[in-house]
Amino acid sequence: MTWDQFFVTGDPLILASQIAIALTMVGLVVLVTYLKRWKWLWKEWFTTVDHKKIGIMYILAGVVMFFRGGVDGLMMKAQTSRPELEFLDAQHYDEVFTTHGVIMILFMAMPMLIGIMNVVIPLQIGARDVAFPKLNALSFWVFFVGAMLFNISFVIGGSPDAGWTAYFPLAGKEFTPGVGNNYYAIALQIAGIGTLATGVNFIVTILKMRAPGMTLMKMPMFTWTALVTNVIIVAAFPILTVALAFMTLDRLFGTHFFTVAAGGDPMLWLNLFWLWGHPEVYIVVLPAFGMFSEVISTFSRKNLYGYKSMVASIVGIAFLSMLVWVHHFYTMGNSGAVNSVFSITTMAIAIPTGVKIFNWLFTMRKGRIKFTNAMLWSLAFIPCFTIGGVTGVMLAMAAADYQYHNTMFLVAHFHYVLIPGVVFAVFAGLYYWWPKMFGFKLNEKIGYWHFWLFVIGFNVTFMPMFFVGLDGMSRRMFTYSASTGWGPLLGLSAIGALILAAGFAALCYNIYWSFRYASRDVGNDPWDARTLEWATASPPPHYNFAKVPEVSQLDEFWENKKAGITGLKKNEIEEIHMPSNSWTPLFMAVAFGIVGFFLVFEWFIPAAISAVLIVIGLILNSFDYDHGYHVSVEEVEETERKWRGDLK
Amino acid sequence: MSSQSTTPLEYQGQQNQMTILGFWIFLGAEIVLFSTLFASYFVLEHNTAGGPTGEELFMLKEVLIETFLLLTSSFTCGLAIHEMRNGNKRDTIVWLIVTLLLGLGFVYMEISEFIHYVHEGATIQTSGFLSGFFTLLGTHGLHVSLGIGWVTLLIIQMMKRGITPVTARKVFVASLYWHFLDVVWIFIFTFVYLKGMM
Repeated sequence: MTWDQFFVTGDPLILASQIAIALTMVGLVVLVTYLKRWKWLWKEWFTTVDHKKIGIMYILAGVVMFFRGGVDGLMMKAQTSRPELEFLDAQHYDEVFTTHGVIMILFMAMPMLIGIMNVVIPLQIGARDVAFPKLNALSFWVFFVGAMLFNISFVIGGSPDAGWTAYFPLAGKEFTPGVGNNYYAIALQIAGIGTLATGVNFIVTILKMRAPGMTLMKMPMFTWTALVTNVIIVAAFPILTVALAFMTLDRLFGTHFFTVAAGGDPMLWLNLFWLWGHPEVYIVVLPAFGMFSEVISTFSRKNLYGYKSMVASIVGIAFLSMLVWVHHFYTMGNSGAVNSVFSITTMAIAIPTGVKIFNWLFTMRKGRIKFTNAMLWSLAFIPCFTIGGVTGVMLAMAAADYQYHNTMFLVAHFHYVLIPGVVFAVFAGLYYWWPKMFGFKLNEKIGYWHFWLFVIGFNVTFMPMFFVGLDGMSRRMFTYSASTGWGPLLGLSAIGALILAAGFAALCYNIYWSFRYASRDVGNDPWDARTLEWATASPPPHYNFAKVPEVSQLDEFWENKKAGITGLKKNEIEEIHMPSNSWTPLFMAVAFGIVGFFLVFEWFIPAAISAVLIVIGLILNSFDYDHGYHVSVEEVEETERKWRGDLK
Repeated sequence: MSSQSTTPLEYQGQQNQMTILGFWIFLGAEIVLFSTLFASYFVLEHNTAGGPTGEELFMLKEVLIETFLLLTSSFTCGLAIHEMRNGNKRDTIVWLIVTLLLGLGFVYMEISEFIHYVHEGATIQTSGFLSGFFTLLGTHGLHVSLGIGWVTLLIIQMMKRGITPVTARKVFVASLYWHFLDVVWIFIFTFVYLKGMM
């Protein structure tokens, strides 16, 4: 391999990116050195095991990835804005839609949701951290390294270009001989380890670390959705692990899992991929439902309507999510009977989802609704998501799907599901929990700009795609002729994308503005909310709660406020045990990244040598008998006094 | 056992209980992983692409010896836990070492079995069937090998620190893993070898 194969050359866009990346990296190093922040970065962030900081790092990574995935999306929209444009060639367009899909699902939606879960769940159940804080740090770092490995593909070696679904035989060595799809297989594998560990960690946290008295049916709804989501993660991610391992073996070692020749079976990939891929949709959408539930209940000043039916429908959705994967390939040679079964299971999902929609509506009924930013996102979610859901039922009908399959109609459908269902929820969650994370609110006025630009932009971008899809435009077409008549609608769609991007810019500006100018005097409970995370300081002390709260009912914090029970007595404070920081998670993740990078380029000897680093990490970890440290009563008193005033 | 509590040592303390529960959940994920490998193997089982079939290839005698080695190691692993609960450090370590030796014997036999197949012209690249076969068994074998390394580390820790709630929990968790691999092997023996020879 020569240098000009190693670095991607010959495209001015990519050259500009390479220069920009190099400058940013140098700039960051210079900045941190100039501000003398290396030690701070290392102690407070790189080695932290605090769930709140890990959550913030997840969210930060998610925002950066949103930018990257968004730029990919804008490039696609620019290319198709007019017939026969020559902005991107077919190959470049293939790469861009592939990375857009992978990044938005796995490296934007997932970390955003897992990040908010990290920040909120332990606080919401009255715990001091997650069950395995060090494993949590490992989860984050391997996710991050996996994401970075995937992201450098477009400047080093070449991007994957077989779609985010990487269907075989196209994604096999025969048809895509470059390293692009190696990046796909290996980077996703590394990030997947982190996700699986998160799944185990949060199930144990929620099952074992709830505040005394908080029975399962007294858990906040977001905690319920997080629990079920993590169960789906544990049930579904190992399937992806195996599928990616087969893909790696096929591409690197010449096996025949998915090849056409020598007894492989490309349909095996489709089945495995969607056996993971469909539950994955619910992995990202269920926590979003939980966040909407919290936000709608808080800002309607009412308890959540139909709590039990909410729980039942979450569990029902989780169960059904495992039984619908064939609907992604109705047209690929199944018998009529098979298609019918999967058609029915798919449509059945609309029932529990409908239950939830009505529960949210009934929660708002007769409520005194406050139109905060978080609430606006939740309100916009309901009609937009319903459009996604209804078109989903259309797609669920196998016979009709022969018309819609692989058209822009499908693309519009899943953007109408995932953007309202996940992105709106993340925004609602960020505006809602921002004061808890950072001790200041995001500006509501800039937030309105963010909201209106984004929601209008979203509808203008994706609504026309339903119609060009019905008119026969298939997905992933890099160009089209004027005689198709799609030009005006796709042009409108491209304008929508610009508005959407302006909305995202407004969010970034809002973060910047609020960071500099917003009032730091928000108190512990700025929204007059209902759940336990609001019972402690904003931002919470590293030990979360001076005294672990006791719970006897749903929305304990709200009920206590009404009953006038607040405050903390001096004699209730005891020594608090906390886990120590650790650098092994970061070390392990970097080791995985190095091994992964060498494997991508099929440099097996360097890969084998650097795999020793992983083994060293495991050994160090096994011999680590650090039992954490204790926070003294005086320190807790001091910290609590700062936000509570004098203790009685 | 010296502790007055009736709770076994490895379950004492919340962190220990959480770790053990967490490991059970991880084993749940492992079940999904191996189920996927089995299912894929069954899909590819008859796709021999002109290469050797299982019936032509499999060596029943060697496989039976492997089975006995691994099943016995599961038994000795149970004995180690039994001794650990009796607070008997030396015997715990002895049985763990016996377990490891049996495990090593298994891995040795499996590697020589694979080498034999490769000499017969049956490599992982020959056919879909053999890709599935080698990957399923290789994943299991890799798990056993990792388990050997892991238990070795735990033996060193137990020699240094004795039987404490932490070392007891670590050894207990490793024993769960070891028994799990045994269960997987029973499925491999039945649904790969025996079914393949019929």
